[in-house]
Amino acid sequence: MENILEQYKSVSNADVKTWVKVGVISDFPENSGACIKYKTKQIAVFNFTRTSKWYASQNLCPHKMEMVLSIGMIGNKEDVPKVACPLHKKNFSLEDGSNLAGEDYKIAVYPVKIENENVYIGFND
Amino acid sequence: MKKIIVVGNGMVGYKFCEKFVAQEQSKDFEITVFGEEPRPAYDRVHLSEFFENQDAKALEMAPAEWYKENGITLVVGERVSDINRNNKTIATSKDRGFSYDYLVLATGSSAFVPPIKGVEKEGVFVYRTIEDLEDMLAYAAKIKAKKPNARGAILGGGLLGLEAGKAVMDMGLEPHIVEFASKLMPRQLDSRSSQVLQLKLESIGLNIHLSKATNQILGNGAITGMEFGEDDTLDVDMLVISAGIRPRDELGKTSGLEMGSRGGIVVDNRMRTSDKNIFAIGEVALYNQMIYGLVAPGYDMASIAVNQILGEDSMMAENIDMSTKLKLIGVDVASFGEPFMPASKGHSVIFENKTEHLYKRINVSLDGKKLLGGILIGDATDYNMLHQVYLNEMKIPEDAAQLILPASDGGSSFGSVLDLPDTAQVCSCESLSKGEICCSITDDGCDNLSEVISKTKATTGCGGCKPMVVDLVNETLKSLGKEVKNTVCEHFNYNRQELYDLVKINKVADYDEALNLFGNGHGCEVCKPVFASIFATITMETANRQPGIQDTNDRFLANIQRNGTYSVVPRVPGGEITPQQLIVLGEVAKKYDLYTKITGGQRIDLFGAQVHELPLIWKDLIDAGFESGHAYGKSLRTVKSCVGSTWCRYGMHESVTFAIDIEKRYRGLRSPHKFKGGVSGCIRECAEARGKDFGLIAVEGGWNLYVCGNGGATPKHAVLFAEQLDDNTAIKYLDRFLMYYIRTAGPLVRTAPWLDKLEGGIDYLRQVVIEDSLGIAEDLENEMKGLIGKYKCEWKQAIESPEILKRFKHFVNSDDTDENIEFVPMRGQKMPKPW
Repeated sequence: MENILEQYKSVSNADVKTWVKVGVISDFPENSGACIKYKTKQIAVFNFTRTSKWYASQNLCPHKMEMVLSIGMIGNKEDVPKVACPLHKKNFSLEDGSNLAGEDYKIAVYPVKIENENVYIGFND
Repeated sequence: MKKIIVVGNGMVGYKFCEKFVAQEQSKDFEITVFGEEPRPAYDRVHLSEFFENQDAKALEMAPAEWYKENGITLVVGERVSDINRNNKTIATSKDRGFSYDYLVLATGSSAFVPPIKGVEKEGVFVYRTIEDLEDMLAYAAKIKAKKPNARGAILGGGLLGLEAGKAVMDMGLEPHIVEFASKLMPRQLDSRSSQVLQLKLESIGLNIHLSKATNQILGNGAITGMEFGEDDTLDVDMLVISAGIRPRDELGKTSGLEMGSRGGIVVDNRMRTSDKNIFAIGEVALYNQMIYGLVAPGYDMASIAVNQILGEDSMMAENIDMSTKLKLIGVDVASFGEPFMPASKGHSVIFENKTEHLYKRINVSLDGKKLLGGILIGDATDYNMLHQVYLNEMKIPEDAAQLILPASDGGSSFGSVLDLPDTAQVCSCESLSKGEICCSITDDGCDNLSEVISKTKATTGCGGCKPMVVDLVNETLKSLGKEVKNTVCEHFNYNRQELYDLVKINKVADYDEALNLFGNGHGCEVCKPVFASIFATITMETANRQPGIQDTNDRFLANIQRNGTYSVVPRVPGGEITPQQLIVLGEVAKKYDLYTKITGGQRIDLFGAQVHELPLIWKDLIDAGFESGHAYGKSLRTVKSCVGSTWCRYGMHESVTFAIDIEKRYRGLRSPHKFKGGVSGCIRECAEARGKDFGLIAVEGGWNLYVCGNGGATPKHAVLFAEQLDDNTAIKYLDRFLMYYIRTAGPLVRTAPWLDKLEGGIDYLRQVVIEDSLGIAEDLENEMKGLIGKYKCEWKQAIESPEILKRFKHFVNSDDTDENIEFVPMRGQKMPKPW
């Protein structure tokens, strides 16, 4: 089970080798998340319509290893944009993937860019 | 820089580190901690919780990073094997050497295994570490596979033994407790309280064998039984030994420290051993000729050792408070002060109610002025106050019985928590007095409970003092003229009732507008569903209008289950279903390969649907005349019924018909929490209506209406609200009652706790609902009628809208489904592959 976690490593803007088009803006629900597939990866994409910001992370919740983060509720804790896992409400920062309760779990985050209504996610492979 | 080596990374060893690094001078020291277990210190007190979630991380005192962040070197999986006191060095099991200036021995204790013939057999365990539990789980699973009704025995009916009993029961084995003494918990309880506890434990399925001396363990290789006397044996398939603890004092022995005659490293009241550079704390330390097996004295020892090393002189108290309160298999058990008191020292007041499994005893001084100790079984709500009265030697009422007799008005026999002296110790794990907790508010500017907890660490140990701390914080804030507010979350500085009024009065259109008008930030998983519920109960909008603020269940109109698949529950009003409808459910389940189970609410749950299958399943169900059962929503679930006078020879009225009417009336109605109803056709109460938020029971001349009950973790019987009502009056009161609840309850508060907090209680509720004391009854009724008139099945809405159907897809950019979902077969059906 652990090895599905292995393939998710955070990518920073500087590390991006390929920007993959995953859809157009209207494919993604407002102020919520949705999931896309890239090779063997499942990536959760979050459309923060209120702040006009986009975030992406692994869809896998590291707590119970289920592909569910994209359907979790989003929002903020203080200044940090976050997602709450729908299964046990573990909260993760969408900026750096850390667990907001200070627990040991961490998720990988990926850069998102929007060009001409298209949504791209940055990968380094 | 001076070096400290802490030997042992258990709760007390960890607490030493935590207290040490909190001190300014600690930066002049370098701390290395050795633990022989493979993981950082965890909360052994709550070990049996491991069975509920099997989440070792959740029990951790602090994650491995914490040690790093605080400059502590943590070495796990490596035992300290030797101390050389002359060179001030230690050696480890991996043959590494380290030098120290101060050595702190916090090696704790190990399970005592009595020398019984056959203890080495396979299937015999001790109950001490997470590894022990993991081994037990694996073994239990193995024997259960061969023998479904396998038995697990526990040797020892003390506190830990009973905890282990719960663990064995949770593993699905038939639990047997075997105790040498003639009563359970012989050290803490007197005979009568022990009997009450035994009755209670037997009623929940524990088998208890007292006065049994085990002389051998039977079996060829693996355990098959225990032998007590010649013809006295018990067949068991697994045994957990919990016969007490022994200090892990080997290092003290080998390095020549002064030892107690029956083990333990001798310490003085400064926690120093016979070597001034070596301290011993926790269960390895022998203080006043005693080993203290509780966490609170261990924590006190840790602080004393910290102070001594930092050059501050503080000493351990002469008398150690061994009071304790715990929840044992769901049963409150507490004892404080001197639980058994000789008659020469005072009088006892005893209250016993075996039918309710209650026992309370207090011991009062001969002059009747002081409380000396006591025992509480079954209900320990008064423990905190009694314990304080005892510790602070407070004056007690002339009639001491008032302290334990059930108060007739439901209130407590005591005044406010603020009456306690400032020195009263409130949190014994963290040694915090009432004064210190109040100071964090009055002097340090804490404004709410969570700030007080993060500042003082109160309640973070066993958590037993939480109710007192909550009251203390609220009362102190009130006394400062600060408003005590249960705000929803950081985004809205209002409680649910205020938000409900704000949305209604300002005719707020949606969540975003609410955030703009009276919130801040961008919301979260707490406030969004609160608003979803508020909008739904003002306008009856379904979960489809604002999907972004719905909890995940409501967003997908289904219940998300452990592997990320969903379950589907169509409404079956009153539990009445035709053969044809049953066939449809069976066919749909077969078509989509769903696991089926009958629910407690008299309907059928279909499990294991993937998100893209939900609309297909619902298309089939709706075509056959079903509608959403709202099992996923905080809304009406079911109105359970018995067959009533239609079939039953005892039935007084038509309970099924009435249940169906009521379920259809309130279907789809969202509320602060889920709510359930029940209608019974006579007082035999087969519909279990008194275990519901509202219940109707047929009697001569009409219906008796009961309100505010529930099952679940804190079961509560519904209270009789009104008698002999006709159908219309019953509905009228229900409309008013439910609407009043919906308007005023906090988020996720069910009717029973709502009533508990309602000032004036059930009498006040009667005045509002029946006598219309607030003049809002007509308003409540009209509002409810408006909502009922607007009901729509949200699944019908969903399958008819291409826009909504876009939601039911796993990937935005692919028609693939989630390949990580795996099932395994079970009893002819399927289940999620275990984690």
